[in-house]
Amino acid sequence: MDQKRARMKDRLSAFYWLNETQFAQASSELITSQRRTAIEKFESQGFPTVREEEWKYTSLKKLTAPEYNFPSPFAPLEQDEQIDFNDIKQFLVNDIDCYRVVFINGRYSSWLSETTHTNYDICTLGSAWKKYPDVVESYFNKLTKDDGPLVQLNTGLAWEGLYVNIPKKTVVDKPIQVLYFSTGDTPVFNQTRSLIILSEGSSAEIIERHHSLTNHETWTNAVDELHVGSNAKIHWVKLQHDASNASLTQHSKIHQEKNSTAIVHTISTGGKFIRNNLDFSLIGRGAEARMFGLSLGSDRQLVDHHTRVDHIAPNCSSHESYKGIYDDFSRGVFNGKIYVHVDAQKTQAYQQNNNLILSEKAAVDTKPQLEIFADDVKCSHGCTIGQLDEDALFYLRARGIRIKEAKALLMLAFANDAIADIQHPSLRVKLSQLIGRKLGVDMSNSL
Amino acid sequence: MLEIVNLHASIDNKVILNGINLKINLGEVHAIMGPNGSGKSTLSNVIAGHDGYDIISGDILFDGESVLDFSPEKRAHLGLFLSFQYPVEIPGITVSNFIRTALNEIRKAKGEEPLGASPMLKMMREKMGVLEMDKGFLSRSLNEGFSGGEKKRNEIFQMAMLEPKMAILDETDSGLDIDALRIVANGVNSLRSNRNTFIIITHYQRLLDYIVPDFVHVLFNGKIVKSGDKELAIELEKRGYDWIKKEQE
Repeated sequence: MDQKRARMKDRLSAFYWLNETQFAQASSELITSQRRTAIEKFESQGFPTVREEEWKYTSLKKLTAPEYNFPSPFAPLEQDEQIDFNDIKQFLVNDIDCYRVVFINGRYSSWLSETTHTNYDICTLGSAWKKYPDVVESYFNKLTKDDGPLVQLNTGLAWEGLYVNIPKKTVVDKPIQVLYFSTGDTPVFNQTRSLIILSEGSSAEIIERHHSLTNHETWTNAVDELHVGSNAKIHWVKLQHDASNASLTQHSKIHQEKNSTAIVHTISTGGKFIRNNLDFSLIGRGAEARMFGLSLGSDRQLVDHHTRVDHIAPNCSSHESYKGIYDDFSRGVFNGKIYVHVDAQKTQAYQQNNNLILSEKAAVDTKPQLEIFADDVKCSHGCTIGQLDEDALFYLRARGIRIKEAKALLMLAFANDAIADIQHPSLRVKLSQLIGRKLGVDMSNSL
Repeated sequence: MLEIVNLHASIDNKVILNGINLKINLGEVHAIMGPNGSGKSTLSNVIAGHDGYDIISGDILFDGESVLDFSPEKRAHLGLFLSFQYPVEIPGITVSNFIRTALNEIRKAKGEEPLGASPMLKMMREKMGVLEMDKGFLSRSLNEGFSGGEKKRNEIFQMAMLEPKMAILDETDSGLDIDALRIVANGVNSLRSNRNTFIIITHYQRLLDYIVPDFVHVLFNGKIVKSGDKELAIELEKRGYDWIKKEQE
């Protein structure tokens, strides 16, 4: 029995029961009962352990060890939690005009944000509980009821996060930038929750970032629910370039109706411990899911991707390409599940996971998992784990490119198609520069 | 300019080069011919600095300086260029990005300013014109899906861009049809001057009809066993290599 883990579980449970009145006062009865059910599930299940198949390669032992502070969503920001624009400027995508929604330790920061209610709602879930109870009741926790304990914990405790509701046939005119900051003089454990609803024929683009501003250990446990209506389109870029003491567990659930498109880029270049669960349910005919991942691990970083695509309706397609480069003592995990349900004829599913290992101490576990119950489908998958190609390296060096640049160039070439589909050229350049910096090559001349 | 002195080299404990001696002056074109397995590609890889070979003894001098301890990139910075027999396919790096990076790395090593995008592009267009290459080439992934001829043309294009002092063409003629051969040869001839030198490695005399060498050497069992002028190539074409092998036995 891991005592620290048990203690953390007890503290979280106590935190919920101490605050339940406040949760209840600020939202409807239905939501409150869902919170209670969720926290009870968490209490009975506890944190997942490596004995469970889903967590076989990734232990939460170290993550549950620190004595975290759990900031109350109802308390004002303390002195040590105050941040101003200068602290966060460097984390913004400045050269793109964006809506901006900023959270600090799970609380909304109105003075750092630029939201809108003009043609659509781009604001915070914390305000939506009271303001849009009907919408929240119809969509909140619809996709997450049966998920594991970390999701249940989030359902019980999360209060704030991005809220987006776009009416029919409406195109959001500029990207939505959402930033979640962790800060303070103690280790901190934050829950963030987003609810994104795109009605029929609408479209939106989201750029998301979690970042720690403190030297203490931080852990953010995030859950997202995205409802993508028929013919709607969402493009979501997750930039996981956090500080070296910051950990993230994130469960994102995407529900797609007919002919909808969802594109998700997960760029994991920083942080200490990252666990991504990204699940798509293709419930309407002709829905398309595209996901791209790029993980660059160094030091003792861990990047774990668990993806799942449920092909429920016929004629849907999913395209999945994850790339990883692991150096030093870093570790990568990829588990890609594709379920083709019995009615999902004419499914097209493609999955690829390619990894480069740069050091003897780095490791990757990759596991494709396809279960196909329909007979007229096209599915393919592949995974590779290898080193940099020596012949290619010699070729570059023989042309005068120094070994460090040559290696970086080869890695960038390997990584490039993970960001090729990102729409905004300036965001793509920024990402590519970020990747270049991580790989130790100056990209300023090459794009 | 290049001097190879009694060079012995091996790979996996197998001796491939068995005492090579060769001296090349500026302005000269040397052809190295020889049957399969005679050590031709090993020689070019060793000169270019491939670290898969062990140098047992001997030396390679470039402008009087030993380059044996130099990395491949440092040799390239000194003006050495190897046109690969099998150019590597690298998806994700465009031809233009590759050449721009290479050229600017060489300029940097020489203490020169990097060449800007616009003069670079102008220079690329010019050189591509000589080699009758389509400008769509520049934005393609390096050698990916190129035909054999396109790969070799791309090598010569790189050579034209990097303007090396000494270029080794390792079986540049293999995989080329007669038209491509002529175009490539024209490209090489247009670069010939008294400020550079070429080593042309080939099985066949055909390329030497277009690029006329000053000297022809025959490599056999890791040694230069015969040297002469272009007439030697013609004789080899007629008689094959058997008489050389016999002479050696």
